[in-house]
Amino acid sequence: MARGKNDIKSFPGFLPMTILCLVILYAPLVVVTIYSLNDSNSITNWEGISFRWYADVFTGPESEKFKIAAWNSFTIAIIAATVSTTIATLAATAMVRGGRFRLRTVSFGLISLPLMVPEIVTAVATLIFFNSIGFTRGYLTILMAHIAFCIPFAYMPISARMQGIEDSYEQAAMDLYATKRQAFTKILMPLMLPGIISGYILAFIISLDDFIITNFVKGAGVETLPTAIFGSVKQGIKPNIMAISTMLLAVSIIMVTISYFVSKSDNTK
Amino acid sequence: MAAGAASGGSAKSDTYAEARTWLLLPAWAVLGIFVLAPVLMMLVYSFLTKEFRGGVIWDFSFAAYDQFFCNRGLFGDEPCSIEWTYINIFWRSIWQAGAATLLSLVIGFPTAYFIATRPEKVRPIWVFLITIPYWVNLLIRTVSMKFMLRDQGPLNDFLISTGLIDTPIHIVNTNFAVQLGLFYSYLPFMVLPIYASVERYNFNLSEAAADLYASKWVTLRRILLPAVKPGVIAGCILVFVPSLGSFLAPDLLGGAKNFMIGSLIEEQFKGNAGNWPFGAAASMILLTMVLIILLIFARQQAKAEKGTG
Repeated sequence: MARGKNDIKSFPGFLPMTILCLVILYAPLVVVTIYSLNDSNSITNWEGISFRWYADVFTGPESEKFKIAAWNSFTIAIIAATVSTTIATLAATAMVRGGRFRLRTVSFGLISLPLMVPEIVTAVATLIFFNSIGFTRGYLTILMAHIAFCIPFAYMPISARMQGIEDSYEQAAMDLYATKRQAFTKILMPLMLPGIISGYILAFIISLDDFIITNFVKGAGVETLPTAIFGSVKQGIKPNIMAISTMLLAVSIIMVTISYFVSKSDNTK
Repeated sequence: MAAGAASGGSAKSDTYAEARTWLLLPAWAVLGIFVLAPVLMMLVYSFLTKEFRGGVIWDFSFAAYDQFFCNRGLFGDEPCSIEWTYINIFWRSIWQAGAATLLSLVIGFPTAYFIATRPEKVRPIWVFLITIPYWVNLLIRTVSMKFMLRDQGPLNDFLISTGLIDTPIHIVNTNFAVQLGLFYSYLPFMVLPIYASVERYNFNLSEAAADLYASKWVTLRRILLPAVKPGVIAGCILVFVPSLGSFLAPDLLGGAKNFMIGSLIEEQFKGNAGNWPFGAAASMILLTMVLIILLIFARQQAKAEKGTG
């Protein structure tokens, strides 16, 4: 009986299931994108294509609220990503280039803690913490919480990258009388750049998208884009919310795509 | 997940060994202060007395846990009998998260298998396609799902236009809507670990089984499935655990009748209930459940690792 290797591997129905999986994952996003272009006051009836709801986001009655929320969201995301990426890079250097040591497993546990604790629990705990030390909730509390939970997301691609770089490059530099600091900044860091960029981008997106923790620690009056959107959606889905959601969706997809191609690029050859 | 992965992979070299304390200090400080200390403080708060409209009074009390587990009658002076209200909410959450996990497994396994058996060059593109939606804002994805499932939404329009149904199916504000929302939120988490283990699977084993006249499906069930079981379990945990404490899907898709743990906790801090110690206690119970699940999982993975290695 003649049969190819693929014969064994392929099962009828698995391809349709995969297509179904992709349709489920993408259909809601595509539909919201299409309806954000709807030239109608209702979200149900289709009345042709227009960009009026995009204009409404920037000039409409809610534009002031969105502008402030966007400013908060983006500045917090930039600062949180920068700080957490720096912390994650240093930590990864100790973990991957620091030999064996006693606190290694504990350190790794601490770094991955935000991934293991359910988000709602982190949110409650952070709120309680700021309350117990008498810290007024606002922009600063959101920023500090974001820095903390972004660390593991920045750490993962950075440490994966560092695992993949042989230490012979740094050894060679030090054989040629480079100090350790020079070997770190002049050799390791440039080689690490793709990992660092992709870690930075992931941290940025995670911060930009966070709703649950932000919602708990934001305090009254301070809104980020997700909390502003949530507030609006509670009164019903409006067309301008679809437009602003589509823009945020586009930012995430563009950033992830950049991160994907950067992390694939290999500059060690 | 190998035992090595649990400790963050092996150390590649010891070039910066003497600087490691300073290199790790910022991470220790930030995570210690803003994640670990808050969790400990939450434990403390769960044993304090509530203040009306939020906050606590610093008096030691078991009241929060008592409220959770004990029914003491209308006037609160009867001996403790089991209070089912909150246990039922936890039970419903487990049930909902379990249903979402099963749904993800049914769709996710074939998908992961299909991707892992593509030519090596195109696999990363498939994986990338599966991961993109994860990076899109969870709130926006949940809102999109609600928009899709509405009575006058695109899904019902589509089904009516095909003649499959005459009147819209009412999905939003049902248990099923929440399950769909959770499934949609965490589906990529199911696909990725299964994909990773199928990719490592040695297909010569299936070949050998086929040579011995095992049918394809028998080979899948008896040879492949046991080999990729760790990946399947990892996928199930990665979907189940975040589903258990999720807030957005039950809140936006479930409505008031389909309360889950996340909503119960949120209400203690943001809503009118305003009972911080009780919210802290409910969070502690959720956290304990999650940590127990993760611990059992880590044990099993370590055992599986020993078995194969």
